[in-house]
Amino acid sequence: MLRLERRPTPSRFWQYGTPVVAVVLTMIAGGLLFALLGKDPFAVIRTIFWDPLFGEFAWYLRGQLLVKAGPLILIAIGLALGFRAGIWNIGAEGQYVMGAVIGASVGLAAYPTESRLIYPAMVLAGAFGGWIWAMIPAILKTRFNTNEILVSLMLVYVAETILAKAATGFLRNPEGAGFPGSRSFSSYKAASNPELIAGSGLHWGGVAALVTAGLVYVLLQRHILGFQIKLAGQAPRAARFHGVNPTRLVVFCMGISGALAGLAGLFEVSGPAGQISIDFNSGYGFTAIIVAFLGRLNPLGIVLAGLLMALTYVGGEMAATNIGLPSAAIQVFQGMLLFFLLGVDVLSNYRIRFLLFVKEAR
Amino acid sequence: MDFYGINPAVLIASLMVAAVPIMLAALGELVVEKAGVLNLGVEGMMIVGAIAGFIAAVTSGSPVVGFLGGALAGAALSLVFALLTQFLLTNQVATGLALTLFGLGLSSLAGQGYNGIKPPATHAVPFGPLAEIPFFGRILFSHDWMVYFSVAMIALVWWVLRSTRLGLIIRAVGENHEAAHSLGYKVNRIRLGCILFGGAMAGMGGAYVSLIRVPQWTDGITAGAGWIALAIVVFASWKPWRVLIGAYLFGGITVLQLNLQAAGARIPVEYLSMSPYLITILVLVIMSSGRGRAGLSAPAALGQNFHASR
Repeated sequence: MLRLERRPTPSRFWQYGTPVVAVVLTMIAGGLLFALLGKDPFAVIRTIFWDPLFGEFAWYLRGQLLVKAGPLILIAIGLALGFRAGIWNIGAEGQYVMGAVIGASVGLAAYPTESRLIYPAMVLAGAFGGWIWAMIPAILKTRFNTNEILVSLMLVYVAETILAKAATGFLRNPEGAGFPGSRSFSSYKAASNPELIAGSGLHWGGVAALVTAGLVYVLLQRHILGFQIKLAGQAPRAARFHGVNPTRLVVFCMGISGALAGLAGLFEVSGPAGQISIDFNSGYGFTAIIVAFLGRLNPLGIVLAGLLMALTYVGGEMAATNIGLPSAAIQVFQGMLLFFLLGVDVLSNYRIRFLLFVKEAR
Repeated sequence: MDFYGINPAVLIASLMVAAVPIMLAALGELVVEKAGVLNLGVEGMMIVGAIAGFIAAVTSGSPVVGFLGGALAGAALSLVFALLTQFLLTNQVATGLALTLFGLGLSSLAGQGYNGIKPPATHAVPFGPLAEIPFFGRILFSHDWMVYFSVAMIALVWWVLRSTRLGLIIRAVGENHEAAHSLGYKVNRIRLGCILFGGAMAGMGGAYVSLIRVPQWTDGITAGAGWIALAIVVFASWKPWRVLIGAYLFGGITVLQLNLQAAGARIPVEYLSMSPYLITILVLVIMSSGRGRAGLSAPAALGQNFHASR
């Protein structure tokens, strides 16, 4: 018989150990899944986790890693701030889309002017777009006590409708022969987000992700606001006595996560995606939730987690073209990872006792 | 009596059909939340139920088998949630989200090769001459059996929660799990049962989407219905009959906006298709404001895990 026994304090070892265990367990369960699909599990796992780093095409795929990891890290860091305070912003996907649409609108409005100021203005507009979209659930929560999970999620569907309208309507390329999609940003120098170092995959989004990780790390470790965020999540009652203003905390956390998601959207649409199209958003806003937990809600952990998750994207695409693995299998794989992460976490808060020899001590 | 060429009797009849999936899912989630568990994975369980029900119906040729398959798949997925939250004590919000992400991926993986197939049809229950009654015959006696089943389930859940011992135990576990535990009830096992029921209902609701409402399989077919079901539970203040009202209200909005789109109303299509989501938000705001009215009727232990460590 197994029994759980609460630890007086969370285990330090397992706090760092659980993500590793979860990844290993996911590889095993994922291998079983791939075998069920009729693929050689070892070949698939190697294609996903080894080949992008050290395989034949690694020189190209390593760059792709940063391209995918950038937005994931940026969004996940914002989400983690909220999750730590018990504020559940689930609608990052919508904020990501709105950041992209509003940022791109600013850039396209200036077409074809060439000026150094255009891109910074787009970045600001992108952050603003995500911020304002996150402010809706934030204000409704603080003002009317509405559940932020449901509202932010509903707004994802609204944002996707607006995106469809943008791609086919108000942002459509007037010279595009009626096809949906905006003008391409790669051919519009002032508004494009190119690779900064050739072959590295690093664009402004990646830079922003790394800088943000550093800033948020300092915020959480050294600033009173970071302390309040952690306190509000771990001991809400104590936070009240400490004088934490819950309204300010909700507005701050939702605002930051929205702005970061909006930034990610703008960097993506002006860089790797290249244009506003109906389906340029590839679910990064949702995958970022997994990244946030995989990084244990810690900015530095999230950087590593984002890279690992990017690896599953890049490797998954490789496996899709080389081995014919369905792309949905990667989505299942990522979902399993979150299950295992949450499940294994029990080890850091509880001890498992085998009640074979121990007498019931009560 | 026509409005943009929309016949009111047909409109009401079709809103009753449109309401079935969210009604079933919301009713299941109501029981889960009554037991003090917040399962945000409704969307995932619905879509897995949708594809499992579709596959079961297509391979067996029987829609009834399809609905059973959907229920079974929904329950199986909710079992993962139950094991994680009840026995490994994971955070319910995060686990529910994981369930949805996993379910969306799993359904699209399982659904490959099922696009463009027509499922076996479910026919209307033959009421004979009753269906010929003008206006009311169309509204009340022209439906498939699932429409009546969903209303019957509302009545059943209402009766069980209100006047049976089982209902009392479920409510006790959801209001104060410490007290229920000290009375000798197995809190985690009772919750496990409720979660499985919720999963089965959500799966069945999903199967209704792919077998009758649409009826075919496409990726992401539920399109947020699971989240709307969660909102309806709040709207209903955790009362079964209000789930019926809420589901018919949202069914009505969905059907009306589709009809307006088809009738070529002067409102742009985009605004119409985002209206169900916007109205959900509006309803949530109204229900939650005013000194947290909805909050007052929420089960007291909602979202809290129970571990008998003291």
